[in-house]
Amino acid sequence: MADLRTSFAGITSPNPFWLASAPPTDKAYNVARAFKAGWGGVVWKTLGEDPPIVNTASRYGAVSYSGVRIAGFSNIELITDRPLQMNLDEIKAIKRGWPDRAVVVSLMVPCTEESWQRILAQVEDTGCDGVELNFGCPHGMSERDMGAAVGQVPAYVEMVTRWCKQHTRMPVIVKLTPNVTDILAPAAAAQRGGADGVSLINTVQSITGVDLDLMAPEPVVDGKGTHGGYCGPAVKPIALRMVAEIARALPDLPVSGIGGISIWRDAAEFIALGAHNVQVCTAAMHHGFKIVDDMIDGLANWMDGKGYAAVAAVQGRAVRNFVHWNDLNLNYRTVARIDQSLCIKCGLCHIGCEDTSHQAIAALRVDGQRRYEVIDRECVGCNLCYLACPVDGCITMVKQESSGGVLTWEHHPNNPLRKEAAE
Amino acid sequence: MREIGDIEAGRLDTAMLAANFADAHPPLSPAQAVVEANRCYFCHDAPCVEACPTGIDIPGFIRRIGTGNMRGSGQTILESNIFGGSCARVCPTEELCERACVHTAQEHKPIQIGALQRHAVDWLMARNVAPFARGAPTGKRVAVVGAGPAGLTCAHALARHGHDVTVFEARPKPGGLNEYGIAAYKVPDEFSQTEVAFILSIGGIGIEYGKSLGPDFTLDSLRRKFDAVFLGLGQAGVKALDLAGETLSGVRDAIDFIAELRQSPKAKVAVGRRVVVIGGGNTAIDAATQARLLGADDVTIVYRRGPEHMTATDKEQAWAQTHDVRIRHWAAPVRLISGTGARGDCVAGVEFTRTMLDAAGRLVPTQHRFVLPADLVLKAIGQRFAVDASEEMPVIRDGRIVVDADRHTSLSNVYAGGDCIAGADLTVVAVQDGKLAAAAIHRQLSGGM
Repeated sequence: MADLRTSFAGITSPNPFWLASAPPTDKAYNVARAFKAGWGGVVWKTLGEDPPIVNTASRYGAVSYSGVRIAGFSNIELITDRPLQMNLDEIKAIKRGWPDRAVVVSLMVPCTEESWQRILAQVEDTGCDGVELNFGCPHGMSERDMGAAVGQVPAYVEMVTRWCKQHTRMPVIVKLTPNVTDILAPAAAAQRGGADGVSLINTVQSITGVDLDLMAPEPVVDGKGTHGGYCGPAVKPIALRMVAEIARALPDLPVSGIGGISIWRDAAEFIALGAHNVQVCTAAMHHGFKIVDDMIDGLANWMDGKGYAAVAAVQGRAVRNFVHWNDLNLNYRTVARIDQSLCIKCGLCHIGCEDTSHQAIAALRVDGQRRYEVIDRECVGCNLCYLACPVDGCITMVKQESSGGVLTWEHHPNNPLRKEAAE
Repeated sequence: MREIGDIEAGRLDTAMLAANFADAHPPLSPAQAVVEANRCYFCHDAPCVEACPTGIDIPGFIRRIGTGNMRGSGQTILESNIFGGSCARVCPTEELCERACVHTAQEHKPIQIGALQRHAVDWLMARNVAPFARGAPTGKRVAVVGAGPAGLTCAHALARHGHDVTVFEARPKPGGLNEYGIAAYKVPDEFSQTEVAFILSIGGIGIEYGKSLGPDFTLDSLRRKFDAVFLGLGQAGVKALDLAGETLSGVRDAIDFIAELRQSPKAKVAVGRRVVVIGGGNTAIDAATQARLLGADDVTIVYRRGPEHMTATDKEQAWAQTHDVRIRHWAAPVRLISGTGARGDCVAGVEFTRTMLDAAGRLVPTQHRFVLPADLVLKAIGQRFAVDASEEMPVIRDGRIVVDADRHTSLSNVYAGGDCIAGADLTVVAVQDGKLAAAAIHRQLSGGM
């Protein structure tokens, strides 16, 4: 069986599945249940300075899609609302009880060196494995100049990271906000500040919906709403891109992948695009901690099937294939093929292509029977029909023979700035 | 052996009868409906629509359930089929829309189109949202003969166009077979009357009950008094076995038995201890199953051909069998056996001959015979068109009124639809007839023809 032990920012854990800093990791009670269920580590819900913050009633909103609940999830909860010492005592007890698991503590204090220095000393005393600087929380705390208010300014990220590295021996992880134009700027700043790794993404600023009776954004607090932080399956593509971007540009900066990871396959994808481990929240909040069973053996079974002995063998394996658009081969051509024996005649391939794309699938009647056929000369190989078809394997995108080898935009005749091939 | 002629009412207590005749297929909950609606692929050129005789925009109404647009969903159905509520309950969907559903091809598990349709129409009816308004009066008058699905569909469509409609109905209640000819558990709780009232709420439609074509008025008189006439006469006659003993006590028409079950308290309907039903259609199924549910000990349907030849669908056959009704195929009655019971002479059993197909594919009797003892024999071998052919009637062929694609008969301003014309004898087909005829009548009255 594949070895799932991982090391991220110098912190080891028996498997790559950590619980992200969030409600599931707010108390010893929850964390002990998570460790019993098999989670490899936790990032404790963000600690701040006393007096504790106050949370609202009505904290979560969600997007349901075609009957699927919590396709996307949003929260307006702030950091822990429990006294600092209570959290510190519980963290110490948990780490003592579960020495093989990773216990990282998320922190968010005002942007002064004294504040960070003070809390780092208190946290170090718990015996935890590291700290994660919460520069990502996009709601509430950012209005108090913390969280994303820091994470959106690379100079602040670098400054606070440097303070932390100076005032603790623990590994320092910087959690990044996706609410920026260029994720590489804060990531590089964290690296310059000496971070041992970055974790991303934190949540995306969002309004999940509008209560059309109250005429208020959701989640509604006494008739009013505020923007929240979006997460869950819906944000996975956004997170994957950002993780891959960092893995490609800053290969020496370890990354913990976060964002909509719900099943082992999601984890495999994040790890393949450069993550050293993954952090999970929404899926656990939706289905409980037991989901980690399938994550663990699903990942191991897949790795066994592929002959990957350890997570390190998968880690970053797809990064070299994450290229810029300009590096794609414009001579590559595919055409859709419909397996008529599998076709159930729903017509979705036709109507999508006909109404919105390239009019490349004909709707025919042969002896009164519906028949959908690809018009090869019109098909641009866009994948739309393949994606819309409800039958696995019915539509495939078949590679076409092409002459001329690889041709990128850099050398394409239509590019006015093309580079002529060297003689 | 108990006595011959054991027929009585009240074999089961009223609580048991109420349970037996409750809604056969309880409605979907709103949550179930949304889950089911979300399974629909919203096909292009959807095969289910083509399979529906009334051409309901099925993906359209199902999508609206999924999006929470319940009013739009119900209206989408009723736009094509004003009897959408009863069709949702009685249509053989497994032969029509649900058989065509692409999920049937994919996984043998079609979308529950009938159940979803019921969900949507019931939503409208529960809120008394009748989505259509009577058109501005045109001053034109149309007579409709028969207040069944064909006639009332035609009447409703004409009212939307602003024509005044008078319906003549032989029976004391409207609804036709929905009221008199369908098993009670398919349309419980007076659904048929509720639906008719919902349809008539558009206004502009008057019904005269107890008025039959022939005894009470002539077609000629209607043609003179009205601008157009629609005949939705149904099939009021019943085919006979043509066997000696057919008039014996204990031998009756299944369709009458079914009607009595709909019009009387179940505890008052008499049923035999041993029941033999002869026939292979839904009437046979409805009669046999209800006989069991009334408390008959032993119920057998006997059909002269094989299961694949029965007009009752596979689902209907299985329904009867699940209720412990035995179905014997390939046997035809040859003799009704009489006996003397406590109440005098009555039927005591039926002798059957086994049948087979000969080399030419014709149904022929064999030497093998058997007798089924019976206290009650129900004849369900079909109905027939029952109006006496007179010179004023339109052309009739094979016992049905001949019509063209517009449901126009051989007479200039006379249209017909439903079971009195050729085609499948289904509520949904009758509705389509009524729709097409109304459209043609409107064109004619508007001078468009």
